[in-house]
Amino acid sequence: MDLNTVLQILDSAVRLMTPLLLACLAGLYSERAGVFDIGLEGKMLMAAFSAATVAALTGNVWLGAMAGLLGALMLSAVHGIASITFRGNQLISGVAINFLASGLTVLLGQKIFGLGGRTPSLTPGAELEAQVGPFRAWLSGIMGPDTAGWLTTTPRMTGITLPFAETLGNVPVIGPLYAEVISGHTILVYVAFLMVPLTWWVLYRTRFGLRLRAVGENPASVDTAGVSVTRLRFAAVAIAGLLCGLAGAYLATGLSAGFVKEMTAGRGFIALAALIFAKWRPWGALGATFLFGLLEAVANRYPNLDLGVITVPSMFMNALPYILTVIILAGFVGRAIPPRAGGEPYVKER
Amino acid sequence: MEKMPKWADVLLTPLISLVLAMAISALVILAIGESPWEALTTMIDGALGSSYGWGFTLYYATNFIFTGLAVMVAYHASLFNIGGEGQAAMGGLGVALVLLSLPLPHWALALPAAMIGAALFGAAWALIPAWLQARRGSHIVITTIMFNFIAAAALNYILVNLLRPVGSMDPASARFPNETHLPKLSDMALSLGVEWGKNTPVNISFFVAVIACVLVWLLIWRSRLGFEIRAFGKSEPAALYAGINPVRITVIAMLISGGLAGMMAINNVMGEAERLVLNAVEGAGFIGIAVALMGRNHPLGVFLAALLFGFLYQGGGELALWTSIPRELIIVIQALVILFTGALDNMVRVPLERMFMAMRKRGA
Repeated sequence: MDLNTVLQILDSAVRLMTPLLLACLAGLYSERAGVFDIGLEGKMLMAAFSAATVAALTGNVWLGAMAGLLGALMLSAVHGIASITFRGNQLISGVAINFLASGLTVLLGQKIFGLGGRTPSLTPGAELEAQVGPFRAWLSGIMGPDTAGWLTTTPRMTGITLPFAETLGNVPVIGPLYAEVISGHTILVYVAFLMVPLTWWVLYRTRFGLRLRAVGENPASVDTAGVSVTRLRFAAVAIAGLLCGLAGAYLATGLSAGFVKEMTAGRGFIALAALIFAKWRPWGALGATFLFGLLEAVANRYPNLDLGVITVPSMFMNALPYILTVIILAGFVGRAIPPRAGGEPYVKER
Repeated sequence: MEKMPKWADVLLTPLISLVLAMAISALVILAIGESPWEALTTMIDGALGSSYGWGFTLYYATNFIFTGLAVMVAYHASLFNIGGEGQAAMGGLGVALVLLSLPLPHWALALPAAMIGAALFGAAWALIPAWLQARRGSHIVITTIMFNFIAAAALNYILVNLLRPVGSMDPASARFPNETHLPKLSDMALSLGVEWGKNTPVNISFFVAVIACVLVWLLIWRSRLGFEIRAFGKSEPAALYAGINPVRITVIAMLISGGLAGMMAINNVMGEAERLVLNAVEGAGFIGIAVALMGRNHPLGVFLAALLFGFLYQGGGELALWTSIPRELIIVIQALVILFTGALDNMVRVPLERMFMAMRKRGA
C-alpha cells in the first residue's frame, strides 16, 4: 500500500465520517440534556430527502439545505412534543420517528417525482433540467433572467480548494496530505469539523452549556434554580434537529448526488454507537466518527481485506462499529456512563 | 382509586389512538392526491374480501403474533426489546440448520425440532444484550439495536459463504427436504372438502402462534415466574426486597422474548419460503413493537393487533398493485400507531381520565 492509496482512503474517510460526526453531535446535545434520541436515523433521512427534493426542484443546493434543516426540525418537534410535553417514552418516540421518515420520504418522493422513491440525479443533465425549468421560468418572471440563471445553477455542493493547496502540494508528505485529504471538501465538511470545538465551548464554557449538562444529570436542581427544564430540553432537541438536518443535506447533496430510498442505511445508529464510544464528549465524537468513517472507507476499498493470515469479509468490517460499541458498553474497555437523567421525563413537583 | 374504568383503559385508549393514526394517514393520502376512502375499500377488499386475501392476512398476522408476544414479555419486565428483528433472523438460521442437517422423515417431527432450533437461536441472540443489561448496566435498547445490525451482517456472511449451495448465485440456503414442508391451511381445508385460500402461504404455524398466545398468558398471569417478571417490571427495588433476583429475571425474560421472536421463523422460513433467504424477516420484528403497544401488552390484544397489522400489510400490498399509492403507506401507519399508542399515550389518556373523573363527580 503506497502513500497515494493511504491518502485516498483518508480522503474517503473524511467524507464518510462527516454525516456521522454531525449526527453524533446532534445526539450529544439531545442526550446531554436528558432526552434519548434513537430517531437520529429518521431525522437524517427526512433531511436528506427534503434537501435533495428542493435542490432538484429549484436547482439551488442552498435552498435544498434549508429545506433539509426544516425537515429534520419538524421531526424534532414531534420528538419534543411526545417526550417533553407529553412525557412519553423517548425510545418509542424515536422508533416511531424512524418509521415515519422511512415511509413518508418514499410516499412523498413517489408523488413528486414518480421515480419509485428516489429524487432525480443532481448532476447537471436532462433529468434535472426538466425539473428546474418551471422554477427558473417562474423566477425569471419575477427577478429577471440574470438572477434566475445565477440562482438555479448549483444543484449540488461543490468542493472548496483551500488556499495554498496547489503550492503546498509539492512538499513531501504534508503537501499531499493537505491537498488531498484536508482541502477539496464541500463546506459542510468544514462546518462539521468546526462544530467539534464549538460544541466543546458551548457545553463547557457557557452558561447555557452548564445548564444543558445539569438538566441531563439532575433536572430537579435546574428547576430549583428557576430555569425552565422544558425550555432547555426543547432547545437541545431543536439543536439536534438542525445538526441532523446538516447531516442529511450533506448525505444527499454533498456525498451523493440525490436521494435514494433508505439512503441513510443505518448511519443514524452508527452515530449513536459513536456517541457511546465517545462517552458523550465532543472530542471523543470526533475520534469515534473518524474511526467508523475509516472502517467504512477501508471496507469500500477492500471488499475482502486480505491480512495474510485470514481474509476479513466486508460484512465483518460493516458490523465492526456495532461490535466495538457492544464491547465498550460491556465496560471491558473503559466504561461508558450515560447522563444520569437520560430517558426520564421530568415531572415538576407541586 | 382507578381514574377510569378498566374497559376504557383496555379498549377506548387504543381505539382512539388507532383512529388518530388513521385520520393522519388519511390526510397523508389526501396530500399525495389520492382518495382515502378508495384506499380503504381497496385494502379491505384485497385483504378480507376473499379467502385468498385472508390467507395472506393470516400469514402476516402469524409473524406479528410471535414478534408482538416477544416485545410484550420483555415489556412486562420493563425491558424494551427492539432486537426482535435480529432475533427472528437468527431463528431462521436455527430452523435452516435443523432442517438441513437432521434427516427428519415427517413434518410432524420436523416442526417441533425446528421450533426448538428457532427458539434456541433467537434466545441466544437475546442472551448477550440481556446479560450486559443485567450485569454491566448497559442499556438493552442500544445493545439490541446493535445486535440487529450484527445479525444482518452475520447472516449475510453465512448465506453467501457457508449455506449457499454450490453453483447457486442466490444468497440463500438450499431448499428444505420435501418431507419437512408444513401443511398449508388451504390443503387442510381441501382435505375437509372445502376450497379455501388457494395458493396462500398461511400454514399450520398460525395455530402454533395462537397456542403461544395462550401459553404466554398462562406464563405472565398464572405462573410464579410471570409474577416475578411483572413485579420486577413494576418496581425493581420492591422485587429485590421480595427476594427476586434481578439478573435472573432480566435474563429469563429476555430469553423467552428472544425465543418467541425466533419462533417466527417456523412461519416465514419453514412454512413459506422453505429455505433461508436474505432479509427473510422483512421488518416483522419492528412491527412487533407496534403490535405489543397497540395490544396493551396482553396476549389477546397482541392477537387482535397482529390481525390488524396482517390486514394492513396485505391491504398495503394490494394498494401498491391497484392504485398509485406505494406500499410504504403501511410504514407511515405503523409509525403513527407506535407514536400515538406508545409515545403520545398521555395525550390520549389524560383527557379521557379527566372526562371520566368529571362524569363520576357528577354521578356522585
